[in-house]
Amino acid sequence: MSSPIKFLAQKHRKQTAIIAVIGSIYVLSSWILNFDSFSGFTAVPKAFTWLGVNFFPTSESVELLPRIWQKLIETVALAVSSTVVAAIIALFVAILGSKATGINNYVHVIVRGIASFFRNIPLVAWAMILLFSFKQSDFTGFLALLLMTVGYLIRAFMEIIEDEASETMMALKATGASYFQVIFQAVLPQIMPSLISWVLYMIENNVRDATLVGILTGTGIGFIFDLYFKSFRFDAVGMTILAIIIVVIVLEVLSNQIRKVIL
Amino acid sequence: MLEVKHLTKSYQKDKPALTDISFSVEPGNFLAIIGPSGAGKTTILRSLNQLIKDDDGQILLDGSDIRSDNKAQLRKHRRQIGMVFQNYNLVERLTVIENVLHGRLGYKSTLAGMFGIYSEEEKKEALELLDKVGLKDFALQRCSELSGGQKQRVGIARSLIQHPKVILCDEPIASLDPASSHTVMHLLKQLTIEFNIICVANLHQINLAKKYADRIVGIRQGKLVFDEESSMLSEEILETLYDQTISKELE
Ligand SMILES: Nc1ncnc2c1ncn2[C@@H]1O[C@H](COP(=O)(O)OP(=O)(O)O)[C@@H](O)[C@H]1O
Ligand SMILES: [Mg+2]
Repeated sequence: MSSPIKFLAQKHRKQTAIIAVIGSIYVLSSWILNFDSFSGFTAVPKAFTWLGVNFFPTSESVELLPRIWQKLIETVALAVSSTVVAAIIALFVAILGSKATGINNYVHVIVRGIASFFRNIPLVAWAMILLFSFKQSDFTGFLALLLMTVGYLIRAFMEIIEDEASETMMALKATGASYFQVIFQAVLPQIMPSLISWVLYMIENNVRDATLVGILTGTGIGFIFDLYFKSFRFDAVGMTILAIIIVVIVLEVLSNQIRKVIL
Repeated sequence: MLEVKHLTKSYQKDKPALTDISFSVEPGNFLAIIGPSGAGKTTILRSLNQLIKDDDGQILLDGSDIRSDNKAQLRKHRRQIGMVFQNYNLVERLTVIENVLHGRLGYKSTLAGMFGIYSEEEKKEALELLDKVGLKDFALQRCSELSGGQKQRVGIARSLIQHPKVILCDEPIASLDPASSHTVMHLLKQLTIEFNIICVANLHQINLAKKYADRIVGIRQGKLVFDEESSMLSEEILETLYDQTISKELE
């Protein structure tokens, strides 16, 4: 046993060492990247001023609003439809795969593995891969969002089922209820609030991600963002970003309201 | 009549959770199973409706062995055995009457049960039973809005609508305050006599076991250590069940 004094001294040395290591990593990496720290920091406020001036929407960019609005609705629709379809698939798979309702432990492990695979490939990579087969279209974006969302929701739904439905399931099983009766009368009603809550969260997320995917697939709000950006119409870019921010905030407020009602 | 013969179970090899448990109960009788936690009470109770698959023995309900049932037979047996849980195990989001009606699922076709389609008689009976457990005015309330004692009474109504021969209660009052505990125990005792059913309850509280049960079975480390009429047992004897020094001597 080391004395408290020794222990504290050791702890102190450890902390100093950690700080030194982080500092040298920073110095080393900025040297590799040829990154001049001082001009880097002083450039930050300048960059923001530049952004503020150039990206500020003008009266001209306001005229673009109907077009931006239309594309934005397309993007939201893409996010909502891909999330809803993903949720239906994920619920089905999660019921087959969860420890409480599933077929057996092998299926459980396999389902977890598949979900983790879909989840851990970055969205951009999914979109790029799918571009080969489906070209630049809404469907490519839909599929990319769908696959990633399925990965997230399978895992979330399996955990929800295991945590929230195991006890009531046992009660209904004990009454002599059959498997499908237990699923419909105990599991689904019991998990519905958490399930909806997750779907709303994924919709919020997917609206943001759909923008990014749109840049690659040449669809929706991402497409016009990219278009304005590459043609140096920074005021229009600013307008687009503003519109996206407003929609994301509105969606968040809306889904929080829905959550309050259902929970 | 419920007869348990030579029931044996181990979760892991060479670590028996139950060894050679035998007892029997007649209709209209209240049997309490007492013993320290980890003794094997839950394992016994869940074996009785085969929520846990035991290793060996016989469980006879009016002479037919539940342990040798196929799936369809097991379903028929289970609907004759109600179960009441420490944590009530209700579907909290559904209404009281929907939870009571769940007790009918074992009698329904798969589709009718899946979509919760019940007959007028079943609904009427659910209301009568709610009246019986003192929750007449709560039928359309969500279960999540009820107190613990009220939830447990919903659980009891759910088991009664099964028209059970047996009701199994796993620590039915362990989450309740003393007043609700007495209400629930009193109710169970009264229903056992009224419907002439077999009630088997795992209990922690010796005084309540003595007050409400007709017979008491004592379990320690998976072994049955006594099986007596409750009036014959003094509280001192019952307390030896929990005595650490005696536990050590037995080992
Ligand atoms: N699912 C399980 N897996 C492994 N061991 C278990 C399991 N359930 C219970 N046990 C063990 O079996 C013994 C009896 O448990 P239980 O029947 O729950 O006792 P009680 O209900 O009297 O507290 C305990 O030692 C417990 O650790
Ligand atoms: Mg127990």
